Amino acid sequence: MSRDLKESAEQVVRRAVQKGASDADVFIREEEKFSVTVRMGEVETLKEAVSRGLRLRVFLGKRTATSQTSDLSPSVLDKLVDESVEMARLTSEDQSGGLPERTAGDFNVAGLELVDPSWDKFTPEQRIEWARRTEAAAMKADSRITNSEGGSFDFERSRTVIGNTRGFLGEYAETGGSIASLPVAQSTEGMQRDFWVSVARFQSELESPETVGKHAADRTVRRLGARKVPTCEVPVVFDPLTARSLVGHVFQACAGDSIYRRSSFLFDLLNQQVGAQGLTIVDDARLKRGLGSVPFDDEGVPTQKTFVIEDGVLKNYLHSSYTARKLRSVPTGNGSRTGSGTIAVGPTNFYMLPGTASPEDIIGSVKSGLYIVELIGHGVNTVSGDYSRGAVGLWIENGKLSFPVHEVTIAGNLRQMMKDIEIIGNDVTFLGSVSAPTVKIRNMVISGE
Amino acid sequence: MDSKKSIFFEDYGVTTSDLEQYLNAALERGGNYADIYFEYKINYSIALEEQIIKTATKAVNIGVGIRVLSGEKTGYAYAEDLDKQSILKAARTAAFIASNSSAGGTVAIHPQMAREHNLYSVSLLSTDLGIQQKIALIREADQAAREYDPRIHQVQASYVDESKHVLIVSSDGKYVWDVQPLVRLNVSCIAEENGKRQSGYQGGGGRRSLDIFEDDLNPTALAREAARQAILQLSAVDAPAGPMEVVLGNGWPGILLHEAIGHGLEADFNRKGTSAFSGLIGKKVASELCTVVDDGTIPDRRGSLNVDDEGNPTHKTVLIEKGILQGYLQDQLSSTLTRASVTGNGRRQGYDHIPIPRMTNTFMVAGESAPEDIIRSVKKGLYAVHFGGGQVDITSGKFVFSTSEAYLIEDGKITAPVRGATLIGDGPTVLRQVSMVGNDLKLDQGVGICGKEGQTVPVSVGLPTIKIKGITVGGTEK
Repeated sequence: MSRDLKESAEQVVRRAVQKGASDADVFIREEEKFSVTVRMGEVETLKEAVSRGLRLRVFLGKRTATSQTSDLSPSVLDKLVDESVEMARLTSEDQSGGLPERTAGDFNVAGLELVDPSWDKFTPEQRIEWARRTEAAAMKADSRITNSEGGSFDFERSRTVIGNTRGFLGEYAETGGSIASLPVAQSTEGMQRDFWVSVARFQSELESPETVGKHAADRTVRRLGARKVPTCEVPVVFDPLTARSLVGHVFQACAGDSIYRRSSFLFDLLNQQVGAQGLTIVDDARLKRGLGSVPFDDEGVPTQKTFVIEDGVLKNYLHSSYTARKLRSVPTGNGSRTGSGTIAVGPTNFYMLPGTASPEDIIGSVKSGLYIVELIGHGVNTVSGDYSRGAVGLWIENGKLSFPVHEVTIAGNLRQMMKDIEIIGNDVTFLGSVSAPTVKIRNMVISGE
Repeated sequence: MDSKKSIFFEDYGVTTSDLEQYLNAALERGGNYADIYFEYKINYSIALEEQIIKTATKAVNIGVGIRVLSGEKTGYAYAEDLDKQSILKAARTAAFIASNSSAGGTVAIHPQMAREHNLYSVSLLSTDLGIQQKIALIREADQAAREYDPRIHQVQASYVDESKHVLIVSSDGKYVWDVQPLVRLNVSCIAEENGKRQSGYQGGGGRRSLDIFEDDLNPTALAREAARQAILQLSAVDAPAGPMEVVLGNGWPGILLHEAIGHGLEADFNRKGTSAFSGLIGKKVASELCTVVDDGTIPDRRGSLNVDDEGNPTHKTVLIEKGILQGYLQDQLSSTLTRASVTGNGRRQGYDHIPIPRMTNTFMVAGESAPEDIIRSVKKGLYAVHFGGGQVDITSGKFVFSTSEAYLIEDGKITAPVRGATLIGDGPTVLRQVSMVGNDLKLDQGVGICGKEGQTVPVSVGLPTIKIKGITVGGTEK
């Protein structure tokens, strides 16, 4: 299988050069996907497929064009290469364009532990059974769990091949599984839903179906009877799931492409204090078994660990080879191939380093405030930093979670929110390539009744 | 329909007997319904920023999705080439779902089903046109945005199109093909003044070819609008916090309907009893000024389709009539299980996704009030005319949508522009608060993207100017 992909990669860049390209690179991924959902004890959906995608970028000097296809048959690829080269003639010269100067050398991919061989022995029947157990655990956790959007198990095994005309040809394989539970609880006061999910590359690192189901049920039941609160300004505690979205906004604001476009609230602030002391955010592609770990980025640039914010000071932006050239910096191994084949800046394992406080200590520090468990909507402007989102949570009274709250918004400005981080928890939760612990922000405006 | 007109017959040599063989393989373990969705999609996208054409992209994707239904269960698999063995393998994988049922009979296809309408006025597909003309569109937009105001510092303009060929065949006799065009232009601007930076965005498009950009959606008009919004935001004041009267402008603010009620009326959630609207048919959920429709049959619109992604013709479905909830948006599975009629709302992102009930073009029918009178009637409130996006929790019914252009209303007059704020409300009750409905219904300009269960599909929304007596505005100014 892998030799086929490598051959396709080599053939495609060879043809690009034959057709007049000065440079080209190609990215091929093959994914084997399995997904099962069990709802009310019965299999609801079962989906299985192998899919492939090829993305090509060609350069004619300083001009570029890209293409993408799911059809890897030689005749289709030849035609696509030819057309890409023709399209590149019609784009503009871009002085910062081109392949990266430096690509990864020999690297011990196995050391990153991206593949768990034990999945090979995990049969479809066992996968379905895990989904079933997950839902069952949620349903029996509490009598108020009366309905469900299901328990699910997903598995993916993929292989990625990247090659270019300068002789780089690299590949790596990955595995990943996830278990999720989405229970629905009902009382006389209405219905509520929530979820929990566990994601890991290694089977042994996944939470058990019972843990996931129980946790999802607990998160759901505690939302029953939620109400609005009066409009006020109070301390706000983000759980790791919602704090993760804040870290995601920081990622967007420090990605090199947002910087050269001047579309970032962190524009032109390098080496300045942008957050509270104690706030450190890194992008670390080399975490063993990390969900976002990769040996090299989608341009073949070796990955690394980059301190983005250190003790509140903005230290580095993240770069692809393009944004690095443009901003006279160096690539950080964050080149990420978009669906259409162009290169953007993407996170690897982008996360806020833990503090020392337990989540209980953080909640305990609040006399009157809001503990947030879900945020909805798109009211975040990463250009101006303006922030306003719908929130669901639990009211904190004298250091204790007291009653559920919904149909309120929280609002502020990300610039100020970063400086107002008061306590950082010890509970970083990894569910993807952006992660965070519990975080307390000194004050935000809650809009409600 | 002329069977020679689909690319799948002409270029890929698919025959009726192949299709019968695939359907039979899909049902060999006894599923009670199977369908096959062939998709061949070409897209182009071209991006301009910093006054240069940074890149041009072409994408070609092909795949076949096979679905087998057995009671409430769905088996799904897909192949990414049209090789007979690959498709048969996918059919047998999908068939696995029904392994406990008894085997069914054989399927025979009768290729005489016709589409009920042709909604796309396209003589030459945009994907068959050269990219120079497309480049000219975004160059025009760039220039217009820069000329609008010297405070415009960055302009990004992009052109995106697609032509999607589909062939859908099912074990209950659906046999239909279509070519679905879609074009879109996007312009975003960054305005800067005294170290302050703000952004503005405008886009437009529909199921047409490039000629759609000759009239109202011409690149200059779109660019000037994006620039205007960015400049306006430079002088915005903090948005208010708390419940208040809100006037929504016409057009894109129809996103209110999409979030507040549209998703909650999708049949899958209601069949499972997980929607806040479950069991409310025939009940009053809105003021009697409100009639809300989902209509997939409006010519050229982004949310329109000749047939949905399960091969059923699209419909006009009344969701709320004079305040009373009428019905749900159905797909094949939910309509079968609940013995309701299909409404042509079964949609999917592509061959690699299972179809589910989705909206098409969702809007509120015009009322009688003049928009000026609506604004004049508000002593203190918010006038919101542009929104970013929205989201809903269909189980609790709480929804949000976020303004990108809004103003304070003071003593019946529009005054200062305010910073972006999220509005939050309760779906089953918010429309009861509608106290005035304008006579100025407008659909949006063709930019809607709706996400559900990891699948995105193009949609449209529409609204006349309306007044909502009380909804919570999530600003910072108490």
